[in-house]
Formats: sequence, structure tokens, C-alpha cells
Amino acid sequence: MRSKKPFYPYTLWMAIFVIVPLAMVLWYSFTDNNNSFTLENFKYVGDNLSTYLDSLKIALISTVVCLVVAYPFSYIMCKCKVSTQRMLNTLVMLPMWMNFILRICAWVMILRPQGILDNLLGVLGFGNNTIYHSETAIIIGVVYNFLPFMILPIYTTMAKIDKSLIEAGEDLGCNGFKVLKKIIFPLSLPGVITGITMVFVPAASTIVIGERLGGYSLLGDVIDSYYKGPSVDMHIGSAMSLVLMIIILISIAVMNHFDNGEDLAVV
Amino acid sequence: MADKGSCSDVLLRLTELCKSYDNESILKNVNLYIKDKAFVTLLGPSGCGKTTILRLIGGFESPDSGDIIFGDTRINDVPPHKREINTVFQRYALFPHLNVFENVAFGLRIKKLPEDEITQKVKKMLAMVDLKGYEKRPVSKLSGGQQQRVAIARALVNMPRLLLLDEPLGALDLKLRKDMQLELKNIQKQANITFLYVTHDQEEALTMSDVIVVMKSGTIQQIGTPEDIYNEPANAFVADFVGEANIVDGVMENDFSVTLCGAELKCVDKKPSDRNIVDVVVRPEDVEIVPAGEGFVDGVVESSLFKGVHYEMTVNVGGAIWLIHSTVSATVGDTIGMRVAPDNVHIMEKMYSSAINTFVCRIESADSENSLYGIKLEGCSYQFSSPLVFNEGDSVKLSIPAEAIEVVAADEGDFDAYLDSIIWKADHYELILEGDEGRFLTNKTNDEQAGTDVGLKLNVEKCIIEPCPESEGEDK
Amino acid sequence: MKKAFSYGYLGLVFLFLYLPIALMIFFSFNSNTPVTVFEGFTFDNYLEIFDNEELMESLWNTLIIAALSGVISCVLGTLGAMAVYNMKGWKKKIYSNVSNLPIINPEIVTGISLMMLFVFIFGNNLGMLTVLLAHVVFNTPYVLLNVLPRLRKMNVNMYEAALDLGYRPTQAFFKVVLPEIFPGIFAGFLIAFTYSIDDFVISYFTGGTFQTLSVYINNSLKKGVQPWMLAMSGMIFIIVLLILLVVNIRDAKLEKAKANKKY
Repeated sequence: MRSKKPFYPYTLWMAIFVIVPLAMVLWYSFTDNNNSFTLENFKYVGDNLSTYLDSLKIALISTVVCLVVAYPFSYIMCKCKVSTQRMLNTLVMLPMWMNFILRICAWVMILRPQGILDNLLGVLGFGNNTIYHSETAIIIGVVYNFLPFMILPIYTTMAKIDKSLIEAGEDLGCNGFKVLKKIIFPLSLPGVITGITMVFVPAASTIVIGERLGGYSLLGDVIDSYYKGPSVDMHIGSAMSLVLMIIILISIAVMNHFDNGEDLAVV
Repeated sequence: MADKGSCSDVLLRLTELCKSYDNESILKNVNLYIKDKAFVTLLGPSGCGKTTILRLIGGFESPDSGDIIFGDTRINDVPPHKREINTVFQRYALFPHLNVFENVAFGLRIKKLPEDEITQKVKKMLAMVDLKGYEKRPVSKLSGGQQQRVAIARALVNMPRLLLLDEPLGALDLKLRKDMQLELKNIQKQANITFLYVTHDQEEALTMSDVIVVMKSGTIQQIGTPEDIYNEPANAFVADFVGEANIVDGVMENDFSVTLCGAELKCVDKKPSDRNIVDVVVRPEDVEIVPAGEGFVDGVVESSLFKGVHYEMTVNVGGAIWLIHSTVSATVGDTIGMRVAPDNVHIMEKMYSSAINTFVCRIESADSENSLYGIKLEGCSYQFSSPLVFNEGDSVKLSIPAEAIEVVAADEGDFDAYLDSIIWKADHYELILEGDEGRFLTNKTNDEQAGTDVGLKLNVEKCIIEPCPESEGEDK
Repeated sequence: MKKAFSYGYLGLVFLFLYLPIALMIFFSFNSNTPVTVFEGFTFDNYLEIFDNEELMESLWNTLIIAALSGVISCVLGTLGAMAVYNMKGWKKKIYSNVSNLPIINPEIVTGISLMMLFVFIFGNNLGMLTVLLAHVVFNTPYVLLNVLPRLRKMNVNMYEAALDLGYRPTQAFFKVVLPEIFPGIFAGFLIAFTYSIDDFVISYFTGGTFQTLSVYINNSLKKGVQPWMLAMSGMIFIIVLLILLVVNIRDAKLEKAKANKKY
């Protein structure tokens, strides 16, 4: 087990399929079609500044909504019997196994003009909904898709908190709320941070949700358009991806600063 | 201590306390009172219910029945944070997100004490547990002994009237444990607080306690000072659990005299009223080595180990192995005589009633032609043969001799039973088992783990069935 | 009161999670297309799935990719976990961080970067192989993260005991280490498998004309919600539900058996 030999295949694999592709992104970002150095690609980043801000704003709002919904949810879950907890856990995971695109499809069906919501509103005597093709629709779609990714890590860390720590808190004079504030919250922080990362990162870079539900392109869709479609330009696409990646890696680093654990919580 | 104690200096009183989990009874009618400023230890093997008592007093569980009276108030339904009791948890339960200072200050901050008072109290407490200068350290960076002292400081700084300690030294190595035993005793004296201490380590209990409460299977076996417990154990279990002991079967036909290992030995106890078989306990250091023929019995020395202050010898007395601690050595292979002073012979009543191994059963099927009778016991059907004639539905008394019971692994016997106690009797183990319908006694040469399930096999040929009047009760 | 509030809250969140799915399944039995009002009950939408050759092919592709990439990821992830386990200090930090990059990075970045690599190597011949490679890339870290804690928990002396008893290192690995870490590998496989089935972004960028289920549904969704999509949801839901029920019942039974043993 101490021998290094068996690890060469993995190291080689990692070099080719993890490091080289990222190096290519870097290379394409700073070159033009003639392979000469240029900063021209980053001009397009500036042109798309509003898309960046839009995407980050939507990601931020969605993450906050997920957190606000998921934290009390996980707390209540942990208070249930163990058998109930397992059932609830399964119920939270089940929608994740529905296909990603189908989950978006469901909301298109509900929100689109003359869709299910409009029919319902019609029956109740209201006008058509104005949610479809708006920022709100995107946020609903993002929260719907990624809420389980917030609940599960928070629940997992919370459930792992040693019961004797909570008893120690009670023993030292904490009532229920103080136990939550002084013990459970600080100890569940690693789960909160994992949850935030797992929602914020995909939300900021999501494709399809923006176009199908919001009717406009988010950052992911713009990057997509430089790789597929009529105006392919991998150099511009790389530059935009690079900036997105740096923003996200910085946010993760800042967030992990609040947390001492070294491993990602695995769902 | 269990029955008296209406005096005013009683701090805590438990009356008829019962607790069970999943229909499994953990505590059975526990009665106990604890005097103010005392160091009381609950001693017993794991699973005996001692930790459950602590958790009931701490408020982390509530009893099924019975009362917990603290001072003058019944605190059964008082939540933990409103009890003037603090706990040192088994694995310390230090808050990993707080440093040493904040861990100790935790209880004081909840009480919203002024900052300078908190600082002063915490500093004083840390000095008391020898952790001056460790305030800023994260608790994960402390050694086991240091973490343990933080746990004590964290509980003690609140000046509770009662401090509960749940095996606080269990995770420490031997050397540290010995140091901490002394330190704990000092801290208790210094702080002048009542300690209720839980441990399975008899030596720890003997060293520190004012009073020891020995427990087994959810019941209290004996309450007394360390000297009482050691010198006058209430039964074979206590003698076996506390200190080393030779425990052998004895027969008492008269008062002040007992027959064991085929020889007669003078003692200072009277014969028990109900039957003549008893357990006899002799501590290894109470056996005196004399020339062969001059003691109450002779034996052959099988081994001798030098232990510093004494020699530890095993002596074979007609197959029974005796353990002797003596400052005088004897040569391996020599025949020696053993002498025991009458007041060092401890006579104890058997831990089971005379009705053990007897069951009242109903004949389920009768085949009088072949003298075979079907009986159901512990959910298993058995065919017993008997020269007597019975009819279906008759009530019979079934006696199972100890040698008719074979102990095997759980699930592999006819039925499973709970191994309540196992005691080495010089040449065999005596096992007491708890079944659904009654208790079983058997002997065995290999040991088993007490407190687990084992399988039992019955040899029906060795069992006896006799008619019995319906009114006679079964052993419970 | 407090309890009612708690359950009410859980109920609301589950309503949000399940109402869209329930609606899709409800309207999957609708004979009226496009779906607006429920007109009549029909199974036609379900039958349509099996008649749609392109859909069936994409479904088949998805399952093959998930299974293959799951197995390959298990081998690579286990090797990677052992590499990280045996390293120390900054080397370990860098190695494990690089290992995790494919799942820390936004999916789209992993997708486009792999697409660029594959275009560079294979030109315009993107297809099943490139999708498979890409799935292995993002599945491997999940296996690694599940195996690593198992390795940490393992008693190192066990491996050494095997060597001491005369086993060669490879034998010792298969006889002693592998059984110990297998639960981690298996958990990693399940996660890899499900992520692979659910994946859209990576397959979309690295697949060329090769279509997995997600890609095919997305391409069709451009033309609006199709009735067979609802039927597909219904089918997936029933299958997943059945699997979870079986697993949960088995787990509950195992736990019960364990509790009974404990006394």
C-alpha cells in the first residue's frame, strides 16, 4: 500500500483529463486564431458584464432562498425518529433522480402561457401569470433543481453532531433555542458551506434554465453560444469561462475560510 | 443507605426508579439516597444501568416510574438546563468550535454574568485543574488528560450542588488514570461538592469513593464504604467484581462451620434459614500457607509468580484452583497446607432461589403407551419420558438439573437466554441465565460474555417431570 | 402546536418538490395535446415512448454510459484515494484539490474544457467514447471522496498483518484492503451512476451528435413540451420509487435484525 507504482495510471489520467483541458482554456483565452498572444478576448467579458452580474445575482438570490428553506427543514428533520429521518431523506433525494431537463420541463408546463397555472388562475377569475419569461421563473427553476443539494449536506452534518454535545449544552443551562444558536449552528456550518457551494456554483453557471424559463440568456448560455451554434469562437468562450471559474474559485475559497474541515461533505 | 436516611443532609433521593428501552428493563426499582458533599460511586459491569441512573439524574432521560428528589423537590420533569446539576460526559463532549476558555465559560455566559466575573472564575477554575495558560488552545489540540480536566472545569465552574461523572477516566491510559484519581478526589474536597461517579473499574471505585453502590442488571447489589464492599461482599457477584477472590461452593449443615473442597472450615456465620448450600469467599491474601496436614486442606502448588510485595500462587486442591497471595513463597510441585482464620471466611447466600431450574408446565401431548409427554418450554417443544402417567393438560413440575443444560452460541441452541451472571468457582464457571419463563443455572468450564444472549440446549433424558398442584407458583 | 407547525413546514417543502412531478404524471395520462386541460384518460403517451426510436436509443446510450463510466471511475477513484491517503503535507493538498477540480469547477467549465481537448485529439469525431471519457472524469472524484474516509478508518495493521502472514502486497490488497473499502467504492459507484444518468451539461458539450437522454429531451424541448416527456417522467418516477422502496425495506429489515441481536 505504500508503493507508489499503482498510482501512476491515476496521475497520468488526471494530468491528461483534468490539467491539460484547463491549460487549454488558459491558452485559448490569451491567444487568437493565429496562436499569437492577445488580450482582445477579455474585451468581450467587459461587453457581457451585465450578463455576469445578472447570473451572479440570480445565483445569489437562489442560494439564499435555498438556505432559508433548507436550514429549518434540516433542523426539523433531525428532530424526527431515525426511521422517519431515513424516509424523509429518501423523499428529498427522489426528485434529484428525475431527469434534470424533465424537471425544467415540469415548470415550463406549469408557467407557460395557457399552461397549468394560467388555467388555474382563469378558473379563479384572475388574469394570466406574469412569471413566465421573468427572473422569478429562473429563480423558481434554480431553487427547484438545487434545493436538495442544500438540504442534504446541512442535514448530514447536523445529524452527525454528537448528541452528548447537545446534552452538554442543556446541562450547562441552554434551553432549546440557545442550544440551536450556540451549538448546533456553529457545528453545522461546514454543511451550510458545502450546501452554499453546491447550489451557488451550478446556479451561477447554469444553462438551459435561463433560456427555457426566463426567455433570455444567462452566463452559461452565452458561453455555450461561443462553443455551439452559429458564432463559434473558442477563444472568447475560454476567456469568459476563465473569468467565471476564477470568480467561483475565489468565492469557494472565501467561503471555506469560515470552515476548518478539509474534506468536502459528500452527498 | 438504601432504606434509612431521612436525615436533613440528604441531597438526592431516588425512589422505586424504573426505566426500560424497547421493553427491555434497564433499571428495576432502584432506591438510593446520596448525602451532601459525599463522593459516591456507582460500580458495575457495562450494561448494568449505572449510566442510565446518571442520565435520569441529569435530566437527559425521564424515568418510567419512580421519583427523583433533589433537595426537597421532585425533579422528574425539570429539563436539564434548569437543574442545579452538571455532568462530566463519558467522552467529555467538549465543544469543538470553542477554545478552552470558551468551553469553560459556556455555562457562565448562558447565565449572562458580567465579563470580568466570567474571566476571573474561569481563570481560577483552570488554575485548579492545572491548565493555566491553555485558555486560547482549541480543545482538539489537547491531550486526553487535558481534555478531561477541561470537561471537569466546565462543569465545576457553575458550582453545581451535584456533579455527575460518567466514566471520566475511561479513555485515559493507566498512569494518567492513577494521577487523575488522586486529583479528582482533591478537587472534590476543595470544591466541596457532591460527586456521583460512574465506573466499571473496581480499583478506581475503591480508591476514591466515600460510598460505593455495586450494580448488576439494573438492580443494586450492595451499598457500603469501600471497606465494607471489599471485606463483607453481599454476594458472590460483588466478591467476584470487587477485588480478587476464591469463590467456592460450600455446604453448611450447622452454624459456624462450612464444608468446602471436601474439608470442614470454621467460620463466624450462621447457616442460612432456607437451605444449606452457600457460596464461600476467601480473599487470596487471607490464605495462610502452613506445612502439609496442618491446614484445613492440602494442595499442590502449580505456579508461583513474584509480584513485588507478594507472591501470587495457584494451588490445586483436588481439581479446584485456589489463588493465594503470600509473602512466603512455596516451591512449585510442593504439597502445602492452607489455613484460613474463621473471620476471613465469608459465607454468602446463593444468588438464586431454590426454585431455579424448575418450571411449571402443561402437558401438551401425552403418549402414555411409550411414556412420552410433550411439553413446551421457552417456546420449544420437548418430549420427556417418565414412568409416571400424565394426561394432556395436566400441570407438571419440570426440574432441569444443571448438567442437563448445554450452553452454545446464540441462535444455535433450542432457545436463547440472557446470561445474567458468570462466576468462576475454582474449577468451573457458574452461569445464571434469564429466560422468558424463568431462570436457569448451569456450569461450564469455558467462559462466556456476561450480559449477552447465549443459546441453550436441553438434554431431556436428564430432566424430571413430576405432578404438581395447580396452586404452586413457578420460579420468577 | 409546535409539532404541527414543524410537520406543516415539512409538508409545504415537499409540496413544492413533488407538485410539479405529480402534475407531470397526472397530465401524462391526458389524451388532449397540447396539455392544458385534462380531457380523457389514455396510455398512448406511454406507448409513444417505445415507438420513438431516437428516444429509445438515447435511453440505451445513457444507461451504457452510466454503467461503464461508473465501473471505470471506481477503479480510478480507488487508485486516486490510495494515492491521496499515502501522501503528506502540501503534496497531498495539491493532489487532492486537483483530483476534485472536475466537481469543484462549474460543470460548464469542465464541459467546454474537455470538449476543447477532444476536438484537439479527435477533430470532429465526438461521440460515445468522448462522452464516456468525460463522464469518467467527473465521476472519479465522487468515488475518491467516498473511498478516502474508508481508508482512513481502516486499521493499517490489518494490511501489515497480511504481509506478516506471507501475503504479497497485491494479494494483501485484494484480500484485506479491498473488502474493507468496498462499501465506499460501492457508494461511490451509485453516486457516479446516478450523476451520470442525470447529467446534461457534460454530455451536451462532449457528445457531438451522440445523444444521451437529457440531450435528446433538451433538443425536443426546443419545440415545446411533448406528451411523451410527461410519460417519461412518470416512468422514471415509478422506477426510482420502486428501487428506493426495495432498498429502504431491505435496510429497515437489516437494522431490525441488528437491533434484535443486540439485546
